[in-house]
Amino acid sequence: MNIVVCIKQVPGTTEVKIDPETNTLIRQGIENIINPFDTYAIEEAVRLKEKHGGKVTVLTMGPPQADAALKEAVSVGADEVILLSDRAFAGADTWATANTLAKAIQKIGAFDLIITGRQTIDGDTGQVGPEMSEMLNIPFIAYVSQIEEIKEGYLRVSRMIEEGHEVLETTLPAIITVAKEINIPRLPSLRGMMKSKSAAVTTWSIKELGVNDKEVGLAGSSTQVVKIFFPQRVSQAEVLTGEPAEQVEKLIGKLKEAKLI
Amino acid sequence: MDYFLTEEQKTIRELARRIAEEKVLPVRAELDEKEEFPWEIVKELAAADMFRVFIPEEYDGLGGGCLDLCLVTEELSRVCCGVATTYAVNALGCLTLIEYGTEEQKKKYLPDIASGKRLAAFAITEPTAGSDSSNIKTTADKVDGGYLLNGTKQFITNGGEAEIYTIIALTDKTRGARGASAIIVEKGTEGFTFGKKEKKMGIRASITSELVFHNCLVPEENLIGKPGLGFIQAMRLFDKSRPGIGAEAVGLCQGALEAATDYAAQRIQFDHPIITEPVVQQMLADMSINTEAARALVYAAARYVDSGAKDVTEYSAAAKVFASDAAMKITVDAVQVCGGSGYMRDYPVEKMMRDAKILQIYEGTNQILRNAIAMNLRKRKART
Repeated sequence: MNIVVCIKQVPGTTEVKIDPETNTLIRQGIENIINPFDTYAIEEAVRLKEKHGGKVTVLTMGPPQADAALKEAVSVGADEVILLSDRAFAGADTWATANTLAKAIQKIGAFDLIITGRQTIDGDTGQVGPEMSEMLNIPFIAYVSQIEEIKEGYLRVSRMIEEGHEVLETTLPAIITVAKEINIPRLPSLRGMMKSKSAAVTTWSIKELGVNDKEVGLAGSSTQVVKIFFPQRVSQAEVLTGEPAEQVEKLIGKLKEAKLI
Repeated sequence: MDYFLTEEQKTIRELARRIAEEKVLPVRAELDEKEEFPWEIVKELAAADMFRVFIPEEYDGLGGGCLDLCLVTEELSRVCCGVATTYAVNALGCLTLIEYGTEEQKKKYLPDIASGKRLAAFAITEPTAGSDSSNIKTTADKVDGGYLLNGTKQFITNGGEAEIYTIIALTDKTRGARGASAIIVEKGTEGFTFGKKEKKMGIRASITSELVFHNCLVPEENLIGKPGLGFIQAMRLFDKSRPGIGAEAVGLCQGALEAATDYAAQRIQFDHPIITEPVVQQMLADMSINTEAARALVYAAARYVDSGAKDVTEYSAAAKVFASDAAMKITVDAVQVCGGSGYMRDYPVEKMMRDAKILQIYEGTNQILRNAIAMNLRKRKART
């Protein structure tokens, strides 16, 4: 079972600040972490490897310092890690990101399964997984909460949908995105951490990927971020005054007015 | 402060802290309340290779020394001294084996201890042998096929949960302490049962039990080293393990200092946080000074042990005494800083205060250890 896991290094906070000039995230002073949803993807891949054998390759696109995320992946069981890093990759939207990752996966070669987190906590789009499936022309299942069975060329999973769970079968190779219900990611071991410190991170630029700089990064993005801003908070709270009985009467009136009762 | 730890030691400390914060912290109050043995946490520690730290590399360990063990113990104790005790006792339970065991014995037991598959414990204390540890009554008579054990060991940490026990028993009753030997006894051996499970003031996440031997036959090959050396082996063991008790104390000091500082910074009285009161500041400053002094002495003693020096008794005793006295004082003060809230079980400092007391008692009471230090001073004086 050869599994590729796509991860992203993200700021370790959900309260990101945005540079009003460049419309990009301010990363200074914020510790970077592996996108929490991706940690479930790594864990599931490592568990599948431990059960069925094979290899786990973890892939990320990002600046050189993203190698820290890959080394952390080694500490919890990844066998091989690849960093896609090139100035030309910068500013990529989901399509350009998926395109770059897909090109790297084609270069990696034979694989049975691609796993990634359901979405990132910074971009929150959840689009990269499905886009890769289109580009690689393989089946895609989102929000997987349990892998029920996996064998040569066959996968059955349970996935989360609004009304409950849905069981789906697919041929392999395929791509799945996982929900946090799928497992509890392990802590690293000391031996894993020591191994990760000396782990070799393979780095590929546009040259190694054999892509031209027009199809990646900002240049390859069909969407552009024009502006990022915090929504204005408009306070709509209304304070009802008077004696308690009076307040209750007013409240009931309001609720009726809003057709809530 | 920077103690110039190696990269490996920093990694050990970092991971131990993560386990303490992510796995121990959420359950520490419950473990204390229910006096439950923390098997789930033991499993986490095992998966993270923490039991490998003090085992030599050739037996699946990481080959770390006393300081490495202290780092893990300190981080665990910062959150829960009971869990730290459970962990550290494994080292106590196998250091005699590591030091004096045969190749065969080490191969048989150490890899399982390293992987966390089996826990270890050490037993010398008896109803008649506390501070007077040479006054043991448990016998191990040489018979056909091995040694026949009879007697009762008291207050044994990990008793009942551990599977590998190093027992100090008399192989020659006529010679007193010089007739004592260290013998490995496995849980499940016929004639070996567990008596009373103690109800303790503190470190309630750890288990303390009686070990009862009644015509318990153990094979001759379970003897560690030579017969008659058990007492000396035990004393040398404590010389090496006492910095670990010091490390538990340092962790407690740190945890209590942090809890008290956090509380003082957010508790508003007279319209301002109490941390702005000079009297509170003085208390916190003293707590901080003593925490760092204890840490410096414990690390120094641990490094001295790791250097292979022979005259470590005095220094490892000093580290244990100083750090545990500091922990007692600091945890009492932490409760004081937190006031009425600190006395309540909803806050962690009252547990820390209860936990601290044992550190002045076990592995040699601080009084007995002061005696040992004073004895060394007298010996040195007599030589000059």
